[in-house]
Amino acid sequence: MKKLFFGGIHPKYNKEMSTQSGGLPVITPKQVVIPMQQHIGAPCTPLVQVGDRVLRGQKIGDGEGLCVPVHASVSGTVAAIEPRLHTNGRMATAVVIDNDFQMEEATRQENAAPLNQLDADTILHAIREAGIVGMGGAAFPGNVKALSAMGNVDTLIANACECEPYITADDSLLRTSPEQVLMGMEILGSVLHPKRMVLAVEDNKAQAIETVEAIRKDHAEIELAILPTRYPQGAEKQLIQSLTGREVPPGQLPVSVNCAVFNVSTFAAIYRAVRLGMPLTERIVTVSGEAIAKPQNFMVPIGTSFHDLIEVAGGLHDKTERVISGGPMMGFAQRDLAVPVVKATNSVLCLLKDENGAAENPVCLRCGKCVGVCPMRLQPLYMYRFTNAQRVEELERLHVLDCIECGSCAFTCPGKLPLVEVFRRGKQLVREAKAK
Amino acid sequence: MKLTVASSPHIRGNFRTNRIMADVVLALLPALAVGIWHFGVSALVVTLICVASAVAAEWLYSVVTKGRNTIVDGSAVVTGLLLAMTLPNTVPYWQAALGSVFAIVVIKCLCGGLGQNIFNPALAARAFLLLIYPVGLTRYQVDGVTAATPLHHMVMPALPEESLLDMFLGNCPGSIGEISALALLIGGGYLVYRKIISIRIPAAYLGTVVVVTLVFSKTDAPLQWMLYSLLSGGVMLGAIFMATDYATSPATPVGQVVYGVGCGVMTVVFRYFGLFPEGVTYAILLMNALVWVIDYYTPIRRFGAGKGGEKA
Repeated sequence: MKKLFFGGIHPKYNKEMSTQSGGLPVITPKQVVIPMQQHIGAPCTPLVQVGDRVLRGQKIGDGEGLCVPVHASVSGTVAAIEPRLHTNGRMATAVVIDNDFQMEEATRQENAAPLNQLDADTILHAIREAGIVGMGGAAFPGNVKALSAMGNVDTLIANACECEPYITADDSLLRTSPEQVLMGMEILGSVLHPKRMVLAVEDNKAQAIETVEAIRKDHAEIELAILPTRYPQGAEKQLIQSLTGREVPPGQLPVSVNCAVFNVSTFAAIYRAVRLGMPLTERIVTVSGEAIAKPQNFMVPIGTSFHDLIEVAGGLHDKTERVISGGPMMGFAQRDLAVPVVKATNSVLCLLKDENGAAENPVCLRCGKCVGVCPMRLQPLYMYRFTNAQRVEELERLHVLDCIECGSCAFTCPGKLPLVEVFRRGKQLVREAKAK
Repeated sequence: MKLTVASSPHIRGNFRTNRIMADVVLALLPALAVGIWHFGVSALVVTLICVASAVAAEWLYSVVTKGRNTIVDGSAVVTGLLLAMTLPNTVPYWQAALGSVFAIVVIKCLCGGLGQNIFNPALAARAFLLLIYPVGLTRYQVDGVTAATPLHHMVMPALPEESLLDMFLGNCPGSIGEISALALLIGGGYLVYRKIISIRIPAAYLGTVVVVTLVFSKTDAPLQWMLYSLLSGGVMLGAIFMATDYATSPATPVGQVVYGVGCGVMTVVFRYFGLFPEGVTYAILLMNALVWVIDYYTPIRRFGAGKGGEKA
């Protein structure tokens, strides 16, 4: 198959573990912990107090500037407002709600008006008020990204590549509610007026592709792009390159090449926000990995703890080594399972010890495999060497800041070098030097 | 339960150093088999001595320096094997052993160990032996009778007595592992298939030898001259197994081509103008010294610096 982007790898995907047929079991946690910051930007200020009764979908936090609100994901009583551990490893203010299991929903406004009667302001406002962020992992406020893309975009891309192993959340969404994604694309399309709207899927999701094809006759203007499965196909810059041949210049955003990329879950959330008046209070989460008893996808209220989710999935293996928020290539290892599912959490991955894991004495053989697999055309072996030697000027020459931390080099390295970890340090060195 | 908090990626491939080394050994076996078939059991003895003394030297070095025992990575086996491939079967055993020790201790370990050495250990050891024991290294025998290698004829310059087919199959005098182009190509094909090496360096190297010997033929049969040049001496062994040594070759794709071309040009230059009929050893060693410079000055087009795409 022709390579559509540079480099890349073929890890073992293990997606069949979590692709069940039928619907998505809904989780009903006893308690939810809702962080006031689940997006890039300024944190929300809580709008409720301890002891307040809140309804599902009620706004419980909002703020100014680059900020989108957060909502209660269950009905119940506010038990605490205090700093709690977030999946990013930091403590952050969170509203803790005890679920009363009444499932009482805040009033919401449905809107069935034809698309040509909805103006951009109404749509962007609905997206903001629903608290929508990029659900693929970056968690950038959706309305701000859409606004900055207005008038600058000829290609609108829905990303369902889901190139990380194990994760099947986007896949589940396409299998269960493909119409939400396509209608979400049409809504955003009516704001951005792109020449081309593409839904991009990797070719290892046959069932999802079939489901989308079956309803696509009603959405003729949306193109379905079936891409060869290769990691990191779903990385924004690589996806744009595959679909359009354009390369996002260093340090710039997709809009610089007239593209806007949103995750398919984000499009479905946009549909629910604009048409059903539903804020973002739940999402599909894959619970998978060799260390979990019953891997599967769930519909999870935001704020459900990893612990509760793992219980429902049958519990952890005794020899569990890592629990990861996100995928095995780019996710964050967690130390405490009390952390909550946030808007950008697509997976809780439970892994046993990797027998190919880090070496005690990593040695660079100079085999150059890292150069061959880097989708950003970098030279990881030299970046590693010069970071360890603290040679900032060399790191700049090697464009260490271009690294997207996809981990393809570290995955491939026969010497088992801790490449990504070292590059984060290398990037920091360059940023510090630039700040001076 | 104690959860490990470590940096991503949390999974890794099963590509390992010792697996690479095992593949290289496997790829050398056809050439070794031809060597033993052609030269007899002495070829096997020399090979075993080289491998054993390389592994022993690696182990002793780790004991003396109280360092980590690095035998398990398999690189000492490969170094010993590669050195044996470059030696005639008649080489005195102690010279073979000395070469292995020199390769491991002086060229590899003292330079910082695996991946840190500047020069190809096997070739540096061969060059070392060639300088101090030129007789032991250049006395080629077949069935107990001293024979001139095809390269000796070509110095005159004249076309060798052997047919091209004999040279391709390995029916000619020479070093243990260099005589059969066919066996070496099978090994090289295996390494490329297994993605242990890229085809860039061997292709650039051999391609350059083809072009240069065709253009600057020393006889009035340039095509035959080119083919004999390609099949004689250590060109195949050097291009496939020596110039592709990870530690001592460039890591960048364009750099690898530049390096392969450099090796090819220098091989012919040394053969045409050098003291010895053979030029591969010194050509590769010379290019080894330039590897870092080549990688440094080889431009890689930065992602996004080329195509910005059409504007809307």
